[in-house]
Amino acid sequence: MNREDFRPSNTKDPETIEPELRQALANFKSSVDAWSDAAMSRPREAKVQERRNWGLISKWALGCVVFAGTVTGAVYQNYRQAEAAKAEAAARAAEHERELAAQRVKEQTAEDLMAKVDSDISREVPSALEPLALMTEDENSGH
Amino acid sequence: MAVNSGSIGASTRVMAACTALQPMIKVSAEEIAAQEFESVVVSHRPQIFRFLLASTRDVDLAETLTQDCFLKAHNNWSSFRGESSALTWLMRIAINLQKDHWRNRRLQFWRHTRTNSVDLDEASEWLPSGERSAEQRMLAKEQVARVWQAVENLSERQRTVFLLRFVEELELKQIAESTGMGEGTVKAHLSRALARVRKEFGERQ
Repeated sequence: MNREDFRPSNTKDPETIEPELRQALANFKSSVDAWSDAAMSRPREAKVQERRNWGLISKWALGCVVFAGTVTGAVYQNYRQAEAAKAEAAARAAEHERELAAQRVKEQTAEDLMAKVDSDISREVPSALEPLALMTEDENSGH
Repeated sequence: MAVNSGSIGASTRVMAACTALQPMIKVSAEEIAAQEFESVVVSHRPQIFRFLLASTRDVDLAETLTQDCFLKAHNNWSSFRGESSALTWLMRIAINLQKDHWRNRRLQFWRHTRTNSVDLDEASEWLPSGERSAEQRMLAKEQVARVWQAVENLSERQRTVFLLRFVEELELKQIAESTGMGEGTVKAHLSRALARVRKEFGERQ
């Protein structure tokens, strides 16, 4: 379409509208008037519609999620701490057991060593009266 | 300088009386303003509602926007200086509310996309219950449907100007005041709108 067609000076003056269009516009106005009057005078029903306050619902939901998360987190943390403490106690007990065993072995070794030393010494060193006893035996055999 | 003690006493009494009357004067001014506003609501509500109904083709929305319009007007009634008529002032508020509504709907389309606008056929059903023959009614209904179809295809501004001119029957000056456009611009929009309506009629014939 030519741009010139849109210039107001080139279009017909609104006040000089052809009869058919004028009639159509009058009918249009009458129609809108009738509709408007009917809509304004219609009986209004009080609609009891279910109002959902989405803001409040979402706040509650968020609050519940935060609460559940906090509780779950606390419980999980507590559980983890208990598990860790248990494992630590078990490790400590095992370590203690190991230390005791080592100590026991060490003590046993020392006792064995002392016993061996004692036996070796008793075997190597003669009794103080042994030579005298031997001489007494020789004299008796000479008779 | 000699001072008359009697005149001093009288002026003091007058001042005291004025001070006591001030709240009463204020109250009565508020009452007058409320009465004025009430008369404005009574006289212009049908026009505002009709314009919004024709613009939106949605009865509930038109009612809501009309309420909003008068609420806004009530809140700003003290700032209305009467430079334009109350009708053009109210029309301006209504047009701005309508624009805001569509802008918000476009931005928040995911919130509430349902529209209650009636379709063009339903809108064309309304005809005044005059003494017309069945043929005349049929012809009138067809004409109304064509105009609605043309209005549907107009731009927002053209539609506003068209409805203000041919439904509300406002003068170009009043339309210019209501829409905030110059008279020349209003004329241009009106001419283009009419050209569209003529084209619609020409195509169907």
